Amino acid sequence: MLKTLHQSKGIQLAIGFFLGVVFGFLLQKGGVTQYNIIIGQLLLTDFTVLKIMLSAVVTGMIGIHLLRMAGMVALHPKSGSIGSSLVGGLIFGVGFGILGYCPGTMVGAVGEGSLDVLFGGIPGMLIGTGLFAKFYPVLEKKILNVGYFGEVTFPQLLKVNQWWVIVPTVIGISVLLFAIEMSGF
Amino acid sequence: MEWLFVKQWSPYVVGIGIGVLSWFAFLLSDKPIGVSTAFSRTSGMIEKLFRGKITTEKAYYKKFPPTIDWEWMLMVGILAGAFLSAEFSDSFRIAWVPTKWGSTFGDSPALRWIVSLAGGIIIGMGARWAGGCTSGHGISGTLQLAVSSWLAAAAFFAGGIITAIFLFQVL
Repeated sequence: MLKTLHQSKGIQLAIGFFLGVVFGFLLQKGGVTQYNIIIGQLLLTDFTVLKIMLSAVVTGMIGIHLLRMAGMVALHPKSGSIGSSLVGGLIFGVGFGILGYCPGTMVGAVGEGSLDVLFGGIPGMLIGTGLFAKFYPVLEKKILNVGYFGEVTFPQLLKVNQWWVIVPTVIGISVLLFAIEMSGF
Repeated sequence: MEWLFVKQWSPYVVGIGIGVLSWFAFLLSDKPIGVSTAFSRTSGMIEKLFRGKITTEKAYYKKFPPTIDWEWMLMVGILAGAFLSAEFSDSFRIAWVPTKWGSTFGDSPALRWIVSLAGGIIIGMGARWAGGCTSGHGISGTLQLAVSSWLAAAAFFAGGIITAIFLFQVL
């Protein structure tokens, strides 16, 4: 039944929109559509972003892996390499620090009335992705595949049952969040 | 229903909400939540208006065709959802310069605009370079325990923290 649902194109567009509405609503209610809160995280004075992301990761991680054990969902890890994930990630970080928003929160910020994003961040993002598409053939040949490791997950890499990774990760994140709360942030 | 109209929710409520949302994205659509590919497709759609076929023949747009898909609709939904949430709590405000930016770098909309545009270009390139953003890698990828996503997410924040501290405390 889920397979048929996954293949009905029109319904999928509607589901995408609906999930987006909920996502945008949550981002705005969390305050992460605001420059002040995101830049506060990057300046290490406000930990709202980290609290939201890590609690989303813990909730998502447990649920997705349980659903996977029940045979109801499949994982889709992205492939990676040093040249792509690390180098691209650092470039992203520089833009993140300059702009003070990331791609999803940028869209939410426009919905909240931020004109610097509507006229600056969004067109910039469109130019940046366009430039990447232009230089993709060269980048792919020279750098994107350097240190390629593929679509691997940590349980596959360590050759252990997934719960040997999930349980320590959940405990680690919980301890970190508890420490952040205790230190007054 | 009063909770729908308050200004801000606990970050943990929001985080758990996003986590549950990710279950539904996998269940109903067999897809991880992500945003940056939609920007790439939009960029391709705009370029196609001006340059036609040359655009769709680019290797990158063969991989990610410039068309409206699930993730593109998700992006439109984010816009609508954030607007609804802001309206509900009366926090919709037209603003050119965020207050924290203004108190350090001044209230000039032109300066903030130039910097936002530059930041947007860099983050756009970086997102496609890394193959995802704070949503696709930072949340959806890390929760799947993907090695690529943990590495990218660490790099996002390392780069972001260094850049922000440099901007605010050195310049």
